[in-house]
Amino acid sequence: MLIAVTINEGPYQHQASDSAYLFCKAALEKGHEIRRVFFYNDGVNNASSLTEPPLDDRNIVARWSKLAADHKLDLVVCVAAALRRGIKDDNLAPGFRISGLGQLVEAGIEADRLVTFGD
Amino acid sequence: MLHIVNKSPAERNALESCLRVAQGGAILLIEDGVYAATRGNAAENHLRDALSRFKVYALAPDLEARGMGDRVMEGVATVDYGGFVDLVAEHKNCQSWL
Amino acid sequence: MSEGTIKKFMFVNRKAPYGTIYALESLEVVLITAAFDQDVSLVFLDDGVFQLKKGQQTKGIENKNFSPTYRALDGYDIEKLYVEAESLAARGLTEDDLLVDVTVMSRAELGKLMDEMDVVLSF
Repeated sequence: MLIAVTINEGPYQHQASDSAYLFCKAALEKGHEIRRVFFYNDGVNNASSLTEPPLDDRNIVARWSKLAADHKLDLVVCVAAALRRGIKDDNLAPGFRISGLGQLVEAGIEADRLVTFGD
Repeated sequence: MLHIVNKSPAERNALESCLRVAQGGAILLIEDGVYAATRGNAAENHLRDALSRFKVYALAPDLEARGMGDRVMEGVATVDYGGFVDLVAEHKNCQSWL
Repeated sequence: MSEGTIKKFMFVNRKAPYGTIYALESLEVVLITAAFDQDVSLVFLDDGVFQLKKGQQTKGIENKNFSPTYRALDGYDIEKLYVEAESLAARGLTEDDLLVDVTVMSRAELGKLMDEMDVVLSF
């Protein structure tokens, strides 16, 4: 099944990004395809390459980058939401790309399911 | 429809709204939403009344993380992330009550 | 591909404006979705009904007043605006307090409508 995911909260502050990550991993393990992960609202902060969590904590940003590399995931950060919050190509972590809100709508149209994680 | 609720019933009205508006299907409690499925919480009776209309699930890793893994009320089934994925796949559509 | 596919998108707004950004950024998605020629419904539930309150004056908080945009939705062919009756009543509001024409629905009608959707986005 083709699944799309949207994440509306930033890393660490809220569990949304963790839940979404574990959901995506489980979906991929079950043989589903993740059409796109779309980062919106404060969720765009999940794409910041400037994130430096303590070594004994999970690295949420790096974890998304790795999942994207391992499974060719399309991680899309909303441009308008990103510019509001200081996320640009200059500080975009590997595996993410910045694009328009249309990418969220398109994912909703093309995927069989769209699951939202937020606050 | 699968209704996903991630808020503690003591803090926000997401579950209350879901139970008020949704017409049936399944409810999956995740994150702080899992507290609603624990024995003795103030929303327990409210959720129990809803069991005739909804299948109710709670995400086990979220219960365990909060030390509530052994407090799940009767009638609520627990699932892992794989079960979460299955619930999404089994239902025609889903909604997160943020 | 997405070309030609028309899905039923519902936007469920349950949060008040200005206290958080969700109402504004929800509206931005709504406008884009309409540009994709999708079947768009907007629902205002719980504190979300405050988004439609007449007379918003945001000068004092130095925020942009985005409420006129709800009146402009018509021009984007977005005409399905639903407000849940109990949410209005519980906040001391009536239809006359709202800045745009809406359909007031019972909770059961709204729940039924949600079941019919393809994609439900909540903000």
